[in-house]
Amino acid sequence: MDDLPNLVAEARVAIAAAGELASLDEVRVRYLGKKGEITTLLKGLGKLSPEERPQAGERINQAKQQLSGELEARKHELEQTALNLRLAAERLDVTLPGRGQASGGLHPVTRTLERIEGLFTRIGFDVAVGPEIEDDYHNFEALNIPAHHPARGMADTFYFDATRLLRTHTSPVQVRTMKSQEPPIRIVCPGRVYRSDSDLTHTPMFHQIEGLLVDEDVSFADLKGTIEDFLKAFFERDELTVRFRPSYFPFTEPSAEVDIQCVMCNGDGCRVCSHSGWLEVMGCGMVHPEVFRHSSIDPERYTGFAFGMGAERLAMLRYGVNDLRLFFDNDLRFLRQFA
Amino acid sequence: MKFSEQWLREWVSPALSSEALADQITMAGLEVDGLDSVAAVFTGVVVAEVVAKQQHPDADKLNVCHVDDGSGEPVQVVCGAPNVAVGQKVPFARVGAVLPDDFTIRKAKLRGVESRGMICSASELGLEEETSPGILELPLEAPLGEDFRNWMKLDDSTIEVDLTPNRGDCLSLKGLAREVGVLNRLALSEPETSAQAPMHDDTFPVRVAAPERCPRYVGRVIHNVDVGARTPLWMAERLRRSGVRSIDPVVDITNYVMLELGQPMHAFDLANLHEAIDVRLAREGERLTLLDGQDIALNENTLVIADATRPLAIAGVMGGEYSGVSTATRDVFLEAAFFTPLAVAGQARSYGLHTDSSHRFERGVDPMLARQAIERATSLLLAITGGEPGPLSETASPDHLPSERRVHLRSARIEQCLNLALPGEEVVEILERLGMHVVVDGDAAWQVTVPSWRFDIAIEEDLIEELARIHGYNRLPTRRPAARLGLRADGESRLPQARLRRQMVARGYQEAISYSFVAPELQALLAPGVTAPRLANPISSDMAIMRASLFPGLVKALMHNLNRQQSRVRLFETGLVFRGELDALEQIPMLGGLVCGPRDPEGWAARRDNVDFFDLKGDLESLLAMGANADDWRFEPAEHPALHPGQTARLRYRGEAVGWIGALHPGVRAELGLKTDAFVFEVRLDAVTQGNLPAFTPLSRYPEVRRDLALVVAEGVPVQALLDTLREQAGEWLTDCCLFDVYQGPGVAEGLKSLALGLTWQHPSRTLNDDEINQLVDAIVAESRRRFDAELRG
Repeated sequence: MDDLPNLVAEARVAIAAAGELASLDEVRVRYLGKKGEITTLLKGLGKLSPEERPQAGERINQAKQQLSGELEARKHELEQTALNLRLAAERLDVTLPGRGQASGGLHPVTRTLERIEGLFTRIGFDVAVGPEIEDDYHNFEALNIPAHHPARGMADTFYFDATRLLRTHTSPVQVRTMKSQEPPIRIVCPGRVYRSDSDLTHTPMFHQIEGLLVDEDVSFADLKGTIEDFLKAFFERDELTVRFRPSYFPFTEPSAEVDIQCVMCNGDGCRVCSHSGWLEVMGCGMVHPEVFRHSSIDPERYTGFAFGMGAERLAMLRYGVNDLRLFFDNDLRFLRQFA
Repeated sequence: MKFSEQWLREWVSPALSSEALADQITMAGLEVDGLDSVAAVFTGVVVAEVVAKQQHPDADKLNVCHVDDGSGEPVQVVCGAPNVAVGQKVPFARVGAVLPDDFTIRKAKLRGVESRGMICSASELGLEEETSPGILELPLEAPLGEDFRNWMKLDDSTIEVDLTPNRGDCLSLKGLAREVGVLNRLALSEPETSAQAPMHDDTFPVRVAAPERCPRYVGRVIHNVDVGARTPLWMAERLRRSGVRSIDPVVDITNYVMLELGQPMHAFDLANLHEAIDVRLAREGERLTLLDGQDIALNENTLVIADATRPLAIAGVMGGEYSGVSTATRDVFLEAAFFTPLAVAGQARSYGLHTDSSHRFERGVDPMLARQAIERATSLLLAITGGEPGPLSETASPDHLPSERRVHLRSARIEQCLNLALPGEEVVEILERLGMHVVVDGDAAWQVTVPSWRFDIAIEEDLIEELARIHGYNRLPTRRPAARLGLRADGESRLPQARLRRQMVARGYQEAISYSFVAPELQALLAPGVTAPRLANPISSDMAIMRASLFPGLVKALMHNLNRQQSRVRLFETGLVFRGELDALEQIPMLGGLVCGPRDPEGWAARRDNVDFFDLKGDLESLLAMGANADDWRFEPAEHPALHPGQTARLRYRGEAVGWIGALHPGVRAELGLKTDAFVFEVRLDAVTQGNLPAFTPLSRYPEVRRDLALVVAEGVPVQALLDTLREQAGEWLTDCCLFDVYQGPGVAEGLKSLALGLTWQHPSRTLNDDEINQLVDAIVAESRRRFDAELRG
């Protein structure tokens, strides 16, 4: 019994000396286990007289609690050390690149067309598409392009036979829509178009997106407002200067070309704008009454405007691409830049 | 149309700088494409005369000349030009002169002989781009000592306008001046073109057999023309500044009148005209040697100017060599005609020609202009070449001349189109300035008579455009369109293409856009046996046939990239393919993809092996899964001539064949020189974009039961068939079926494969018991044995 202080001192030394959880557990078993020395002392209490018993019991229990506490503390300490060791061992170089598939990207023309479609569908336009092999009626005649017009020649248009051809613009989609729908009509028509031309600044295939709005009380003023809004939104420049120049298209009257202040040099003059400070970006106009007549729309009641632009040209201006032909080489080093 | 600004300003000269004038013209719809100085910058060059010339003592190719530059003392100058001669007037750069590119003339010794100045060539003064072979010879009347720049009026610009095809009326100084006059409210000062009094009675007979194509033909005989005369420098300069080469005085004068008034003209050598001019259609088998020496076979619908013996010219396009003016010509027959636009349209192009004349006639030449042009040309001829004019002869068919056009114009329509209430006085004023005759016709409406030179005005909207144009497009009101807000159903079960594209992007694919026309050989290799339309006029032989498949474009893009050290390629494309004969043509929207090279992008943690069939199939399945209708799709073992016979599947959507997936056939790869495996797919977009609306199934609260089976079957048995059987037998409570292993090797006999399947059942409202499940498993095994000879693996 009087050994208790020694026993406790001895146990504390053993606890402090235990370097790992297993040996610490051995210490616990030796002193506090079922057959441990402290446990044995507690069991021996029954041999004492009833007078001695409470006092001795209290001393032994105190010793047990003290040792339990110290064991617990040491255990926590050892666990903490072990965890720290493990964490240290599991340290990664988190700056290493991640694993797995890299994502690809949309073609810059698609990206541009989707953006333009988005701008117009958000104000109530629908997207309309149509065939690319067209007939001369939808591509030319219904658009008031007369039989002897140079655009109808073999030098400009790809033909399959006397009447079938690759559409030279997406305007046939407008014709088809006007023939099948009643006004109000609000559409944008994106797609591939084809012209027999191939040099530094022309590819035999390119993309257009055209728009058409037909309703009562649509005027040239609405056209101007829509185009100005669109160009400012597309280039994300509220202060963009836009100008309308009289021009000629057989399917619109009045017709206009639209110039913007050069987005590369802000109008100071650079190579991209041929030092004029202006960039021609699209054509537009009020739908020609003859075009309405082909679609059985009453030109006295309805008026409308149409506009059209080249997607590659806009993509070039927007992203600074300087060579049109890159768009159709599908060179990954080019495509990846628009991911 | 290119012209000298000075020339324009002789007609009309607004108080505007060159730039402001060019801008004004552009904004009126006549786009100025270029504004350039007619000569480079230089100073100190004067008109001088060569008064003496001696061979240089020490150089064969040099001459020692003395020139009189008006200062009194002859100046010695060494000159290397072969054409220098005594008596010539020449441009002479004095010592101290600065020539283009800051080249200062200094006193110098050339091979020991002093030279004090330089006799200049046209290119040295920046008048010509190409290096001139010799010095520039000036007319003898050039005033000695006069500043060359001033005398040549070289402080001038050329303005080049890119005219839209409707504005043929502006293909002349007169037309352009008319526009500038309208814009600035200025009157024109037109050159004098009074009628020339005939000096004899000779005419040459003209017969117009095709008056509907040539409603007016005006001619005049002029005797004793001196073709050896020199075109005056002022005229040659104006022609030069319009980009027209000086040829001989007669041709120069006809060109000059064309530029000035817009009337194309032709001069025939009267000696080579026989009996009569006949304006008629060409006859079968007729040929013509053109002025440029080209011999052509004439089409029968071509209008020609012929005489009794042969065709002499293509009307309104180009003259023939035989009847053209030559150095031997003494008497000429001048022609100024009105050929209708339809008579000339397309003619020049059909012979591969494009001339100043055809360009104008196709767009419309003022039918009232012919007489004025002949008179103007006659007066210029008499002044330059001399000669005796005969009376002017005109053959006209009033019935076929363009009729006077009257257009009704309403104030309300102007407002409807422009959203602008233009005051009536302004409407009338603008239109009258444009040469229209305007009379009031009803309430706030007018009757407008269109001038003969405006071929582009036929309807009310044309007049409204004129009003808008002159008023100024940028001064017109601007507003945002108003519309009723109407909602439209968008078909939720349809997948938008944009989402499919993004899924491909997420799986690591770059989007390609390739030409819709491909090389027929490549198509024959990758889509053999499929008919596709062929272009009648392809731009090149490798873009001659429409693609019947997306494979040719994708494979071409693959090769482009492999040739540029890009070994890992993942591409997709959407677009139409074209199948069938023209009369039964299908234009089918497709989605296609291609993979080649390493499975992962190169990296420290990447798998190093190359992609295989199942990589591509997995990507495609991820697309098909987006429609929530994966069960509608089947991959069916099949053969495609361009694909590996053992690694190809036909895609079926609800039983219909809608696409292909497979490895490129090794033979095809060998043809292409492609060393690595490549895998391709294409599928009809209309099938992929169909989906199902999600349909909720309540979540069961009862436990799942899972059983794993290993079935051994012959290796040729398609897993899909086994899975279909299994689903058929597994009862309605099967919730999942997963093939988690395919094994061949020790323990499984040669020619067989072991398929490990995990089946999961769950009942919506109760716990399933073992007996039920055992029965289902037994049924599956029995049916698999019956159909596929399958055995449970022990």
